[in-house]
Amino acid sequence: MIVDLPSTTTAAVSARLVRLRSETGSMALSRVLTLIVVVDDEDAEAAIDVANTATRQHPSRILVVVLGSKRGAARLDGQIRVGGDAGASEVVVLRLCGALASHGRAVVTPLLLADSPIVAWWPVEGPRTPSEDPIGVMAQRRVTDAARSPTAHRTVLRRLAEGYANGDTDLAWSRVTLWRGLLAAALDQPPYEPVTAATVVAAQDSPSGELLAGWLAARLRCPVSLARSRNRSGIISVRLERSSGTVDLVRPHDGNTATLTQPGHPVRTIALAHRSDAECLADELRRLDPDEVYEEALTVGLKKVSISKLSASQAIRAGRAPSVAESERTARRLRRAARASGSSAMVEAMPMPPKADDAAQVKEASARRLSEAKERQG
Amino acid sequence: MSPAKVAAGSNPLRDHRDKRLPRIAGPCSLVLFGVTGDLARKKLLPAIYDLANRGLLPPGFSLIGFARRDWADQDFGKIVYQSVRERARTAFREEVWRSLAEGIRFVPGSFDDEPAFDLLAATVRELDEQRGTGGNHAFYLSIPPSFFATVCEQLERSGLSTPADGSWRRVVIEKPFGHDLASARELNAIVEKVFPADAVFRIDHYLGKETVQNLLALRFANQMFEPVWNANFVDHVQITMAEDIGIGGRAGYYDGIGAARDVIQNHLLQLLALTAMEEPVSFGAEGLRLEKEKVLSAVRVPDDLARCTARGQYAAGWQGGEEVLGYLQEQGVAEDSRTETYAAVRLDLDTRRWAGVPFYLRTGKRLGKRVTEIAVVFKRAPHLPFAHTATEELGQNAVVIRVQPDEGVTLRFGAKVPGAQMEVRDVTMDFGYGRSFTESSPEAYERLILDVLLGEPPLFPRHEEVELSWEILDPIERFWERKGAAPEQYPSGGWGPSGADDLMRRDGREWRLP
Repeated sequence: MIVDLPSTTTAAVSARLVRLRSETGSMALSRVLTLIVVVDDEDAEAAIDVANTATRQHPSRILVVVLGSKRGAARLDGQIRVGGDAGASEVVVLRLCGALASHGRAVVTPLLLADSPIVAWWPVEGPRTPSEDPIGVMAQRRVTDAARSPTAHRTVLRRLAEGYANGDTDLAWSRVTLWRGLLAAALDQPPYEPVTAATVVAAQDSPSGELLAGWLAARLRCPVSLARSRNRSGIISVRLERSSGTVDLVRPHDGNTATLTQPGHPVRTIALAHRSDAECLADELRRLDPDEVYEEALTVGLKKVSISKLSASQAIRAGRAPSVAESERTARRLRRAARASGSSAMVEAMPMPPKADDAAQVKEASARRLSEAKERQG
Repeated sequence: MSPAKVAAGSNPLRDHRDKRLPRIAGPCSLVLFGVTGDLARKKLLPAIYDLANRGLLPPGFSLIGFARRDWADQDFGKIVYQSVRERARTAFREEVWRSLAEGIRFVPGSFDDEPAFDLLAATVRELDEQRGTGGNHAFYLSIPPSFFATVCEQLERSGLSTPADGSWRRVVIEKPFGHDLASARELNAIVEKVFPADAVFRIDHYLGKETVQNLLALRFANQMFEPVWNANFVDHVQITMAEDIGIGGRAGYYDGIGAARDVIQNHLLQLLALTAMEEPVSFGAEGLRLEKEKVLSAVRVPDDLARCTARGQYAAGWQGGEEVLGYLQEQGVAEDSRTETYAAVRLDLDTRRWAGVPFYLRTGKRLGKRVTEIAVVFKRAPHLPFAHTATEELGQNAVVIRVQPDEGVTLRFGAKVPGAQMEVRDVTMDFGYGRSFTESSPEAYERLILDVLLGEPPLFPRHEEVELSWEILDPIERFWERKGAAPEQYPSGGWGPSGADDLMRRDGREWRLP
């Protein structure tokens, strides 16, 4: 249900919200947190969609502060969405015009949930220093998105680093969690050798690549360099150099499958999908304590990363970064070698296997397959 | 500046403050025996997919099915696919499926067939070479315990149970761990002859449930519960596990085992241990096990077993709008079977904390609904400064931990009924897991399988605990066998036999309606 409240006050919005809740019976549901979304008119709908998906399992109150034109008379247009139009959450869209546009805080304050955490999210352009922003001050968690900001992301990251306060975080950082997990897991295994150098290849326009490199620099205390691939390609590869050889994690830019290469091991593949904004935002809502590791990557590590003059392909030719084409070939070869592999459509089309459980037949099958295996292994 | 040190157990990329970083298992494979069984299709295979989907399985992870079927790899792939599509908790993603499917293998064979195990050994070796599983393999025995001996011997003979240096082999077994103390010891001897004690993972899936771990958080992370968690304030504790289904097609397994061995020995006694134990010095495996063992060893079985136990069999009747058979009419059950489908016992704990506080345990099939809960019921206030009529409807305060379904915690206390008169009535305050966190609880099996692959044992009962719980149950079973009357018939769809109600009434109490 969508209720429009043109030219209204927060008191009226609040009263209507209470009435709607008791009428629709959603009163009984507890709400976990207040999510404040600060966004422009044109990006509002997309942001609301992401916020709805991210809070789907766990109802929140989503306050969307839409900043309209600062000219003209001060005016507040409200809109309440509950039930089917808001998923599990309740959405209040507050469109601020005129002088009011600079007083978002005054508008959201009466609508905050009692005794629950507040998360602020700027889906596109965030404040220079989130913790000093009037809305940011109220929030336990302040989520920016360096990748979406119209300002150059290096500038954005530099400002975030200068103004860092506990509770700051950035979606560009949540996007690299799976990469970090795989790299950490690789170092859990022998041989236990220090990493002497690391190279990250990532798109020119990817702040995630920079944060990943910053994290490696801060944690590994070794030279880390960042080579640039073309725009919109995301993170392409990470190479960790150790005395026994290199650990290479490569994901071709339009692929969802990565390969991991380590000396003494066959190449291994793993699904490594690009994470959606909703997943990343849900991640941010999960933990509300300060993220010290992000702080370290942003404020300490990033400065130590040397930006390589080499392009991605030059870095590969120079032997500084793993070859993407080879990773793609290997992934294809491994897929062909696995007989059970196939797209879901192929498996879907297969009939269910028969109940072939005759003892003699099974015995014969295992004997036959055993001799095949012995032949294969010579 | 020298690069950060890397050593076993000291990884510069890991930081205890880094809570985002997932715990991904090292390179490994899982060998599943009994892939055609219900458990595998309904729980294990979907849980494996969900783990892969959450990015918690290592690159190159492989899944090997072993069963008496003349199937090729892709046939098994179809079985996995089907159960993933039907049962997986998380969304289906093509790339996750393809990457999982690449590691799927199938070994046809029966448990006593030597070439089949040689083939399994060859398959595992090939996976080490092709997919880099690193010699780390877990064997999940989702098969009847009568086959454990054969399978373990075969694993040993084919060299599968012996890891090379720097790798591991683990075995996972499911309850029942025996049917009495002697058989539990025998079973344990068989498994531990082949696998060292720390490589044996006994799965009690209840311990993987979030609520059970939340019970530890509730008790030991808060200040407001622990001070009243003792005989000064607690009147008694009720632990219930009710099922609405009958035995289904499991007569062969169930008849002769019964509710007490099937449920009380493992699930309910584990829940009792977690509810009653003292605070462990740490939440590591060792600390938890020590406290659980301590409290289990303090359990006293009452002397008068006739008055302190009850059992029953479900009779034909109507349940949830469906006409159902009685236990004795189920296919495969002897007409004069004395196996109980409902069991209730009173246990006492000989510790300072719990002296005089009885723990009532009950479980049954074909009861009113499917529910598992722990209810800690408090004493009445020593003095009520109200007119008698004002508190007539006030019951005892309670903390109820709901294990399933709708995991959460309920507090029950008295509140004034609105109006001019003073009248106090019971109300409840509810915490639901699903309503308070921005993350849905993973299935118990996801957590347990991941813990097996990571080699983290805190949630798995050790053999000593299994033995201790048989020591509690054995005298009761012996009593029922020798002196007990035939189990009382109780109507399906209700809350058990009247004998169980009598048991409570004798103590001046009554069962909660879950």
